[in-house]
Amino acid sequence: MSTADLQTPLKRARGLGSAKSGVHHWIVQRVTAVALIPLCLWLVYLVLAVMHADYAHARALVHAPVNALLLIAFVLAVFWHAQLGLQVVIEDYVHTRWLEIISQLAIKFFCVLGAVACVLAIVKIALA
Amino acid sequence: MAQTARPLSPHLGVYRWQITMTLSILHRATGIALAVGTLIVIAALLALAAGPESYAKVQGFCASPIGLFLLFGWTWSLCYHLCNGIRHLAWDAGWGFEIPRTYATGWTVVIASVVLTALVWACVLMRGAP
Repeated sequence: MSTADLQTPLKRARGLGSAKSGVHHWIVQRVTAVALIPLCLWLVYLVLAVMHADYAHARALVHAPVNALLLIAFVLAVFWHAQLGLQVVIEDYVHTRWLEIISQLAIKFFCVLGAVACVLAIVKIALA
Repeated sequence: MAQTARPLSPHLGVYRWQITMTLSILHRATGIALAVGTLIVIAALLALAAGPESYAKVQGFCASPIGLFLLFGWTWSLCYHLCNGIRHLAWDAGWGFEIPRTYATGWTVVIASVVLTALVWACVLMRGAP
Protein backbone atom coordinates (compact mmCIF):
# COMPACT_ATOMS: atom_id res chain seq x y z
CA MET A 1 0.00 0.00 0.00
CA SER A 2 1.40 3.39 -0.96
CA THR A 3 1.40 6.30 1.48
CA ALA A 4 -1.03 8.20 -0.77
CA ASP A 5 -3.80 5.74 0.16
CA LEU A 6 -3.42 6.55 3.83
CA GLN A 7 -3.59 10.31 3.33
CA THR A 8 -6.78 12.29 3.52
CA PRO A 9 -7.64 14.41 0.45
CA LEU A 10 -6.80 17.50 2.51
CA LYS A 11 -3.32 16.17 3.32
CA ARG A 12 -2.66 15.54 -0.36
CA ALA A 13 -3.96 18.97 -1.44
CA ARG A 14 -2.10 20.96 1.23
CA GLY A 15 0.87 22.96 0.01
CA LEU A 16 -0.07 22.62 -3.65
CA GLY A 17 -1.68 26.07 -3.76
CA SER A 18 -5.14 26.98 -4.95
CA ALA A 19 -6.77 24.84 -7.64
CA LYS A 20 -8.48 27.91 -9.07
CA SER A 21 -7.97 31.62 -8.61
CA GLY A 22 -7.81 31.57 -4.81
CA VAL A 23 -9.46 34.35 -2.84
CA HIS A 24 -9.54 36.94 -5.65
CA HIS A 25 -13.26 36.40 -6.32
CA TRP A 26 -14.06 36.65 -2.62
CA ILE A 27 -12.08 39.87 -2.17
CA VAL A 28 -13.55 41.63 -5.24
CA GLN A 29 -17.05 40.67 -4.10
CA ARG A 30 -16.36 42.35 -0.73
CA VAL A 31 -14.69 45.43 -2.24
CA THR A 32 -17.65 46.03 -4.60
CA ALA A 33 -20.05 45.36 -1.68
CA VAL A 34 -18.39 48.03 0.47
CA ALA A 35 -18.43 50.49 -2.47
CA LEU A 36 -22.12 49.78 -3.06
CA ILE A 37 -23.19 50.69 0.51
CA PRO A 38 -22.83 54.49 0.01
CA LEU A 39 -23.51 54.28 -3.75
CA CYS A 40 -26.89 52.52 -3.26
CA LEU A 41 -28.00 54.99 -0.59
CA TRP A 42 -27.04 57.84 -2.93
CA LEU A 43 -28.81 56.16 -5.88
CA VAL A 44 -32.08 55.88 -3.93
CA TYR A 45 -31.77 59.60 -3.16
CA LEU A 46 -31.18 60.39 -6.87
CA VAL A 47 -34.03 58.14 -8.06
CA LEU A 48 -36.41 59.83 -5.59
CA ALA A 49 -35.40 63.20 -7.11
CA VAL A 50 -35.66 61.95 -10.71
CA MET A 51 -38.96 60.09 -10.12
CA HIS A 52 -41.17 63.19 -10.02
CA ALA A 53 -39.13 65.30 -12.43
CA ASP A 54 -40.03 65.97 -16.07
CA TYR A 55 -37.71 64.90 -18.88
CA ALA A 56 -35.61 68.10 -18.97
CA HIS A 57 -35.13 68.17 -15.19
CA ALA A 58 -34.29 64.43 -15.06
CA ARG A 59 -31.69 64.93 -17.79
CA ALA A 60 -30.25 67.96 -16.00
CA LEU A 61 -29.86 65.91 -12.81
CA VAL A 62 -27.89 63.16 -14.61
CA HIS A 63 -25.96 65.84 -16.54
CA ALA A 64 -24.57 67.32 -13.28
CA PRO A 65 -20.88 66.27 -13.04
CA VAL A 66 -21.05 64.77 -9.52
CA ASN A 67 -24.19 62.76 -10.36
CA ALA A 68 -22.74 61.52 -13.67
CA LEU A 69 -19.51 60.45 -11.94
CA LEU A 70 -21.30 58.63 -9.08
CA LEU A 71 -23.74 57.01 -11.53
CA ILE A 72 -20.85 55.57 -13.55
CA ALA A 73 -19.20 54.33 -10.34
CA PHE A 74 -22.52 52.78 -9.25
CA VAL A 75 -23.11 51.09 -12.60
CA LEU A 76 -19.59 49.58 -12.73
CA ALA A 77 -19.78 48.34 -9.12
CA VAL A 78 -23.31 46.96 -9.42
CA PHE A 79 -22.71 44.94 -12.62
CA TRP A 80 -19.40 43.62 -11.30
CA HIS A 81 -21.00 42.63 -7.99
CA ALA A 82 -24.01 41.08 -9.79
CA GLN A 83 -21.75 39.01 -12.04
CA LEU A 84 -19.74 37.69 -9.08
CA GLY A 85 -22.89 36.82 -7.12
CA LEU A 86 -24.76 35.16 -9.99
CA GLN A 87 -21.61 33.20 -10.87
CA VAL A 88 -21.62 31.58 -7.40
CA VAL A 89 -25.35 30.80 -7.61
CA ILE A 90 -24.83 29.05 -10.97
CA GLU A 91 -21.75 27.18 -9.66
CA ASP A 92 -23.86 25.92 -6.72
CA TYR A 93 -27.06 24.90 -8.48
CA VAL A 94 -26.40 24.21 -12.17
CA HIS A 95 -24.76 20.79 -12.35
CA THR A 96 -25.18 20.09 -16.08
CA ARG A 97 -21.80 21.09 -17.48
CA TRP A 98 -22.88 22.56 -20.85
CA LEU A 99 -25.78 24.43 -19.24
CA GLU A 100 -23.44 25.80 -16.57
CA ILE A 101 -20.96 27.10 -19.17
CA ILE A 102 -23.73 28.70 -21.25
CA SER A 103 -25.25 30.33 -18.13
CA GLN A 104 -21.88 31.64 -16.95
CA LEU A 105 -21.14 33.11 -20.39
CA ALA A 106 -24.64 34.61 -20.68
CA ILE A 107 -24.32 36.27 -17.23
CA LYS A 108 -20.88 37.68 -18.05
CA PHE A 109 -21.98 39.01 -21.45
CA PHE A 110 -25.17 40.52 -19.99
CA CYS A 111 -23.26 42.28 -17.19
CA VAL A 112 -20.56 43.67 -19.48
CA LEU A 113 -23.11 44.82 -22.09
CA GLY A 114 -25.33 46.33 -19.37
CA ALA A 115 -22.41 48.22 -17.83
CA VAL A 116 -21.17 49.52 -21.19
CA ALA A 117 -24.70 50.55 -22.29
CA CYS A 118 -25.28 52.46 -19.02
CA VAL A 119 -21.87 54.17 -19.13
CA LEU A 120 -22.44 55.20 -22.78
CA ALA A 121 -25.86 56.65 -21.92
CA ILE A 122 -24.49 58.55 -18.90
CA VAL A 123 -21.52 59.92 -20.91
CA LYS A 124 -23.87 61.00 -23.72
CA ILE A 125 -26.08 62.89 -21.24
CA ALA A 126 -23.10 64.30 -19.30
CA LEU A 127 -21.35 65.68 -22.40
CA ALA A 128 -24.47 66.96 -24.18
CA MET B 1 -12.73 4.90 -0.81
CA ALA B 2 -13.48 5.22 2.90
CA GLN B 3 -14.49 8.88 2.45
CA THR B 4 -17.78 7.98 0.73
CA ALA B 5 -19.00 6.36 3.96
CA ARG B 6 -18.69 9.65 5.84
CA PRO B 7 -22.00 11.16 6.94
CA LEU B 8 -23.42 13.69 4.51
CA SER B 9 -25.41 16.78 5.36
CA PRO B 10 -29.06 15.68 5.67
CA HIS B 11 -31.52 16.68 2.99
CA LEU B 12 -33.06 20.14 3.30
CA GLY B 13 -36.49 18.55 3.87
CA VAL B 14 -35.61 17.27 7.36
CA TYR B 15 -34.40 20.65 8.58
CA ARG B 16 -36.62 22.70 10.87
CA TRP B 17 -36.94 26.17 9.36
CA GLN B 18 -34.82 28.68 11.23
CA ILE B 19 -34.35 32.41 10.79
CA THR B 20 -30.66 31.93 9.93
CA MET B 21 -31.30 29.67 6.93
CA THR B 22 -34.32 31.73 5.84
CA LEU B 23 -32.27 34.94 5.78
CA SER B 24 -29.44 33.16 3.96
CA ILE B 25 -31.82 31.97 1.23
CA LEU B 26 -33.42 35.43 1.07
CA HIS B 27 -29.99 37.03 0.59
CA ARG B 28 -29.49 34.97 -2.57
CA ALA B 29 -33.07 35.44 -3.77
CA THR B 30 -32.93 39.24 -3.35
CA GLY B 31 -29.50 39.26 -5.04
CA ILE B 32 -30.98 37.51 -8.08
CA ALA B 33 -34.01 39.84 -8.04
CA LEU B 34 -31.73 42.89 -7.93
CA ALA B 35 -29.64 41.56 -10.83
CA VAL B 36 -32.88 41.37 -12.84
CA GLY B 37 -33.71 44.85 -11.53
CA THR B 38 -30.64 46.28 -13.28
CA LEU B 39 -32.79 45.99 -16.46
CA ILE B 40 -34.89 48.97 -15.33
CA VAL B 41 -31.68 50.96 -14.64
CA ILE B 42 -30.44 50.15 -18.16
CA ALA B 43 -33.86 50.99 -19.69
CA ALA B 44 -34.19 54.29 -17.80
CA LEU B 45 -30.65 55.49 -18.64
CA LEU B 46 -30.87 54.50 -22.32
CA ALA B 47 -34.30 56.15 -22.62
CA LEU B 48 -33.08 59.32 -20.90
CA ALA B 49 -30.20 59.49 -23.39
CA ALA B 50 -32.47 58.69 -26.38
CA GLY B 51 -35.11 61.39 -25.91
CA PRO B 52 -38.43 62.46 -24.33
CA GLU B 53 -40.56 59.89 -26.24
CA SER B 54 -38.53 56.89 -25.06
CA TYR B 55 -38.33 58.31 -21.55
CA ALA B 56 -42.13 58.71 -21.42
CA LYS B 57 -42.48 54.98 -22.20
CA VAL B 58 -40.23 54.00 -19.26
CA GLN B 59 -42.09 56.47 -17.01
CA GLY B 60 -45.38 54.96 -18.16
CA PHE B 61 -44.17 51.46 -17.34
CA CYS B 62 -42.94 52.53 -13.88
CA ALA B 63 -46.30 54.16 -13.10
CA SER B 64 -48.30 51.09 -14.24
CA PRO B 65 -49.54 48.57 -11.62
CA ILE B 66 -46.94 45.97 -12.68
CA GLY B 67 -44.23 48.66 -12.71
CA LEU B 68 -45.13 49.89 -9.22
CA PHE B 69 -45.28 46.30 -7.91
CA LEU B 70 -41.81 45.58 -9.34
CA LEU B 71 -40.36 48.86 -8.03
CA PHE B 72 -41.76 48.12 -4.56
CA GLY B 73 -40.31 44.59 -4.64
CA TRP B 74 -36.94 45.88 -5.80
CA THR B 75 -36.97 48.54 -3.07
CA TRP B 76 -37.40 45.92 -0.35
CA SER B 77 -34.88 43.60 -2.05
CA LEU B 78 -32.32 46.42 -2.12
CA CYS B 79 -32.95 47.38 1.53
CA TYR B 80 -32.75 43.75 2.66
CA HIS B 81 -29.67 42.85 0.58
CA LEU B 82 -27.96 46.06 1.77
CA CYS B 83 -28.66 45.44 5.48
CA ASN B 84 -27.90 41.72 5.35
CA GLY B 85 -24.82 42.49 3.25
CA ILE B 86 -23.50 44.66 6.08
CA ARG B 87 -24.25 41.71 8.43
CA HIS B 88 -22.16 39.49 6.13
CA LEU B 89 -19.29 42.00 6.14
CA ALA B 90 -19.37 41.96 9.96
CA TRP B 91 -19.07 38.14 9.86
CA ASP B 92 -16.17 38.49 7.40
CA ALA B 93 -14.48 40.71 9.98
CA GLY B 94 -15.00 37.94 12.55
CA TRP B 95 -17.81 39.61 14.50
CA GLY B 96 -21.23 38.19 15.40
CA PHE B 97 -20.85 34.43 15.07
CA GLU B 98 -22.38 33.60 18.49
CA ILE B 99 -25.84 32.04 18.05
CA PRO B 100 -27.80 34.65 20.12
CA ARG B 101 -25.99 37.48 18.30
CA THR B 102 -26.66 35.88 14.89
CA TYR B 103 -30.37 35.73 15.71
CA ALA B 104 -30.39 39.31 17.06
CA THR B 105 -28.64 40.76 13.99
CA GLY B 106 -30.95 38.68 11.77
CA TRP B 107 -34.11 40.19 13.26
CA THR B 108 -32.48 43.64 13.18
CA VAL B 109 -31.91 43.21 9.44
CA VAL B 110 -35.55 42.15 8.87
CA ILE B 111 -36.93 45.12 10.80
CA ALA B 112 -34.45 47.60 9.27
CA SER B 113 -35.30 46.43 5.72
CA VAL B 114 -39.04 46.97 6.34
CA VAL B 115 -38.49 50.39 7.97
CA LEU B 116 -36.19 51.56 5.15
CA THR B 117 -38.66 50.37 2.48
CA ALA B 118 -41.49 52.23 4.26
CA LEU B 119 -39.31 55.37 4.47
CA VAL B 120 -38.50 55.30 0.74
CA TRP B 121 -42.14 54.80 -0.27
CA ALA B 122 -43.29 57.47 2.19
CA CYS B 123 -40.99 59.85 0.28
CA VAL B 124 -42.49 58.65 -3.03
CA LEU B 125 -46.10 59.06 -1.86
CA MET B 126 -45.62 62.41 -0.15
CA ARG B 127 -44.53 63.95 -3.43
CA GLY B 128 -47.61 62.63 -5.25
CA ALA B 129 -48.12 60.10 -8.01
CA PRO B 130 -45.29 59.79 -10.56
